[in-house]
Parts: sequence; structure tokens; C-alpha cells
Amino acid sequence: MAQVPEQNIAKTAKKLVLVVFAMFGFGFAMVPLYDVFCDITGLNGKTSDTAAQVNENGVDESRLVTVQFISHLAKGIPWQFEPMVREIQVHPGETKIIKFYAKNESVKDIVGQAVPSVSPGQAALYFQKIECFCFNQQPLKANEDVEMALQFYVDPELPRDVSTLTLSYTLYDITPKADS
Amino acid sequence: MTTDTIHDTDHQHDDHHEHKMTGIKRWLYTTNHKDIGSMYLWFSFIMFLTGGAMAMVIRAELFQPGLQIVDPDFFNQMTTVHGLIMVFGAIMPAFTGLANWMIPMMIGAPDMALPRLNNWSFWILPFAFSILLMSFFIGSGAPNFGWTFYAPLSTTYSNGSTAFFVFAVHIMGISSIMGAINIVVTIMNMRAPGMTYMKMPLFVWTFFITAYLLVAVMPVLAGVVTMVLTDTYFGTSFFDAAGGGDPVMFQHIFWFFGHPEVYIMILPAFGIVSTTIPTFSRKPLFGYSSMVYATASIAFLSFIVWAHHMFTTGMPLFGELFFMYCTMLIAVPTGVKVFNWVATMWRGAISFETPMLFSIAFVILFTIGGFSGLMLAMTPVDFQYHDTYFVVAHFHYVLVTGALFSIYAGAYYWLPKWTGYMYDDALSKWHFWCSLISVNLLFFPMHFLGLAGMPRRIPDYALQFADFNKWVSIGGFAFGLSQLIFLAVVIKCIRGGEKSEAKTWDGATGLEWTVPSPAPYHTFEKPPKID
Repeated sequence: MAQVPEQNIAKTAKKLVLVVFAMFGFGFAMVPLYDVFCDITGLNGKTSDTAAQVNENGVDESRLVTVQFISHLAKGIPWQFEPMVREIQVHPGETKIIKFYAKNESVKDIVGQAVPSVSPGQAALYFQKIECFCFNQQPLKANEDVEMALQFYVDPELPRDVSTLTLSYTLYDITPKADS
Repeated sequence: MTTDTIHDTDHQHDDHHEHKMTGIKRWLYTTNHKDIGSMYLWFSFIMFLTGGAMAMVIRAELFQPGLQIVDPDFFNQMTTVHGLIMVFGAIMPAFTGLANWMIPMMIGAPDMALPRLNNWSFWILPFAFSILLMSFFIGSGAPNFGWTFYAPLSTTYSNGSTAFFVFAVHIMGISSIMGAINIVVTIMNMRAPGMTYMKMPLFVWTFFITAYLLVAVMPVLAGVVTMVLTDTYFGTSFFDAAGGGDPVMFQHIFWFFGHPEVYIMILPAFGIVSTTIPTFSRKPLFGYSSMVYATASIAFLSFIVWAHHMFTTGMPLFGELFFMYCTMLIAVPTGVKVFNWVATMWRGAISFETPMLFSIAFVILFTIGGFSGLMLAMTPVDFQYHDTYFVVAHFHYVLVTGALFSIYAGAYYWLPKWTGYMYDDALSKWHFWCSLISVNLLFFPMHFLGLAGMPRRIPDYALQFADFNKWVSIGGFAFGLSQLIFLAVVIKCIRGGEKSEAKTWDGATGLEWTVPSPAPYHTFEKPPKID
């Protein structure tokens, strides 16, 4: 194999190994990229996790938007968790307060965390929460219950073709990871 | 081109020098591309039968409605492991085997560029599949979350098999990456003097492009399985909404690997039939350079269509339209290829040897699979087809009558070169016709089942699907049995038969036909001259 350019082989092989490592890194780089992309576009239905300022853009009296509330329990959390109102109609810009009821039905103290998601995804950017129980962890002692408030408004900039928003909360047991 | 005389003297010269090891050591330590190619091919056939046995369990359970043979959890393990084995254990190693055997001979190189790496990339494969199959016997069973291992099925709801699965996939991935690096390095550096890129056989071109795809996307698969591993066992939250992750992101990363992977399994098939069809049509390949560019365009487009697997995840309209149009665009270079094959046959002096039969069946049936792919590409109708048997029909048409049939075409085409003997023609025709009839009985009715709404990955189904499922199962058993004929043909061909000449097929072109049959252990130690 005297005629084979050994150093060329090594060079090509090294370049390809670099590509392999770069692509392995790229797979992980997709995680923050995806988050940034979704923050900008609201594509995955995630709402902002910081409190919004009170609406100053006025109220759009010309239309009504239906806001529906649903709740899910993640696997393994022995709580009761549901919205006390299933559905309300609001004018975009109008501030409303609704409540969710949660009860720890087990004999252990558990810390819960609600994670919101809005459908359709493109409406997520226009759903503004001034106060939300999802901003904080919710510890409940055994058999304790609580009414948790959500104060929100729908941004008047909401595209006109969206007439119904569904806000879904999933409640997770985060006791092991909770801040003590 | 070199003459046979030169090679005969080369060969004798080798025999003086060669200290060929015997027994198991020969196979464990070998760095010879022909030995490694043979091992890859045998391994893939064993895996093919293993995955096939699982398909038989699936079809037996679905033979009639109700749960009769296996419980639903085991059924899910069968569909999952069947998919994993067929993709990573049967189709991909079979292509790597063909690449190992043929690429050095086609470009006039003495061996692959990195022979030790080659040995290693084969020998880690059996360990990967042992780990995967071991999970059937340890703990609460094998992976049951589908070969696509969507989170949270593979993380939160895993039956404990995730670690087996992840480490098996890691090893398969390393093996594929090393194999791909070897192919690229060989093609870039070891071509005989005078063989420019645009003089390479199309077979070599398709493997070249495929190897690039592998190098680009297998690391992404390694990354996503690592995330699944840490989510399941180490408390990270890549795909867990409770910790700020997003399960839909899993699908994005997975399909960023997954869609190029689909082309990894079909581009080499294009290369094989682009070799066999000109031979048996006795005409040069129509539109060689357009074939090269079409292959490259398909490879490029494969990176920007991944979300067509995810139309029902609630993507915004713009996203759905973008991925729909990009996906439909792939039909253009693929159409170029299909028309080129037809144009190659047009007015050719066609003869119907078994490799040609498989190649023609490939062109027709792969096109059917391509058309059902176009139907699935349309976002509005995909909402109906998503996760139904229509999808199952589609990807089995492209992978069984596409990839697998091309591998059979290639195997029959080069068997005389590998063994030195002609295969049993009558038996091979039996293999072809039995396979052709049964494969269509097996997969064609699945289109109708899917359109009528039968979901995939279920062990039981509504009564109105019973008749079609019975026929599908009969087709499945017949297809499974037909593949044993192939095993018989190969064993018979290795043991003897009519001697094959150096150039088995009168219409064949290419350097591999300038060396004697069977190909000597070492070929092209002195590079041939290409005009």
C-alpha cells in the first residue's frame, strides 16, 4: 500500500471526527435554540413565566374571547386539582381573576408545581398573567386544601381569528426537587 | 484497465506472503474488507430473521380480532424491537456489508482506508444487539415504546428497559459512524489514478452521500438517546414539562435524525439498481450526472423536512405549509431517478435474470411507496392518515420492496463474484416470485385498513378490519417463509455449482468484473489504470 497517501487518510478521518463531535454538540444545542425560538414565537404554547404589567392598552369592547380552563394531574400526584370556573368570556384587555381549587388528598406533605400551556400555540404570547399560582411552588400539608388565584388579561393585540383560548395546567409533584 | 494476467501473478505473490489465520481468529482479527463485508452480510441476515420472527408474532396476534396469543405489553415490545432490529440490524448493516465488499473493488483500491477501524465497527455490532435482545429476559421486558421512543413513553412511562435501549443504540451509532467515516475516507483517498469523482460508479456515489448523512445525523441520535437516558435516570428535564422541558422537543430532535435516516436506508438502494438495470438492459445508465445531482439534492432536502412527521403536534400553519412543500419537493429528484431507470430500460436488450427481476420490482413498488409518501406529505390528509396502517403500508413499501428488494438484487448480482459459483437460477426465481406475490398481499391491504381508520401499534382491532387482517397475516407468513428460500440459495451457491466467469453478466461494466470470480483475497494491490 506504498502508493496510498497515508497522511491524506488521517487528515480526512480527523475532519470527519470533528464533524461527528460538532453534530453531537448540535443535538444538545437544539435544546436552548428550541427554547429561544419558542419564546419568540410562542409556538409550543408556553406562556411567559414572569408577571405581566397591568394592561395599559385599553379594552377592546368590540369582541369577546372565550377563555377555557382545564387541569391535569401528572402521574403520581395524589391531589385534587380543578378550575372553579370552566369557561369565561372576556373582552381583550379586561382584567379578570379566577380561582383553582387544590387539595392534598394524601397523608404526606407534598409540594406541587403547576405548568401552564395555551392552545392554540400562537395565542400563548397574548395571554398575560398579572398574578398566577404557577409562578410559585405550592406546598400543601396532608389533607390541606387551598384556593389559588389567577389574575390575567388577554392582550388586545390578539389576532382576530382567535376566538377561543384554552389554558391548561398540569400539576406535578416536585417534592424531591422543591426549594426547602 | 488491467488484465487478468497481472492479477493472477499478484495473487500468487500474495499466497507466498499471506499468513492467513484459521478458525475463529481469522474472523475476529481480520482487517480484510471482503471478510468484513461477508460478516456484515451474514449478521444482517441473522438479524433479518430475528426481526422477521417478531413480525410473525405480530401478524399471528393480528390474524383475528381479540387478544389470543400475546398480551398487549409484549405486543408492544414486539413492534418496537422489530422496528429497531430491521432498521439498525438488518437494512443498515446489509448496506455496510455491500459497501465493504464492493467499494474498494469498484474504485480499484486494495482495501478500505482504515481496516482496523473496519474490524472494530463490525465487531461491536453483535454486542449492541445482544444488549437489546437481553432486555427481553431481564427486568420487566424489552423496550415497548415504539422504535421512535417518544418521550415521555421512553422516560416517565418506561418499563425499565430504557437503559438497555440507550446503550444498544449508542453502540449501533458508534458502529455506523465508524463505518461511514471509513467509507468517506476510502472514497476520497483511495480511488485508482484517473478515477475522477464523476467517473465513479453510481453505487459508490450513493454510498458516499449516504456516509455523509450518517456522519451528520448519527451523532444527533446519540445526543437524543443520551437526553432520554438522563431524563429517565438522572433527574434532568429535557423532555419533562414539570422541570421546564418540552416533550415535543423530543420529536424535533429525533426526527432531525430520523428523516435523514430514512434516506440513509434508501439512497444505497438507488445505487444498487442503478448498477443492475444498465447491466441487464445492456445500455449505459441514462442521465448519470443527473442521478448524482438528484442523490445529492435528496440528501440536502432530507434535513429540512423532519417536521412532516409531526403535523398533528399543533404546529402553526406556516410551519405545516413549509414542511409540506419541502417534502413534496423531494418528489422531483426522486422522479428524476425513476424516469432515468425507465429510460435506461427503454429500448434496451432486456433479459430477466433474478437481480433484474428484483430491480424492476424495486422500481415499481418503491414508486408506489413514494406515492403514498406524497399523500402523507399533504398536511390536511395527514391528519386522517397519521398513526394509521396507511403509514405502516407506506414505510414497508419503501423499506421492504424498496431497500430490501434492492439488497436482494445486489446480493444475486454479486453472489457469483463472491462465491465463484452461479446461484441456483430456478430456486432464485422461486424466491423472487413467492416474495413478490406475498409481499403485496402483506402490505397492499394495509393501505385500505389505514384509510378505514385502523391505528398502528395495537394488538386488537375493530371487527370490520378482520378480513383484511387475515389476508395480511397470510401474506406475512408466506413472505417470511419465502425468505428461507434465499438462505437455501446462498448456502447452495457457496457450496458449489456452475463455475462463474470473471465477468458473470455480459452487460456488466465496472472494475469488480475485471478480477477473477471468486474475487481473490487481495485485489488491486497495484491500482488499475482508468482511461
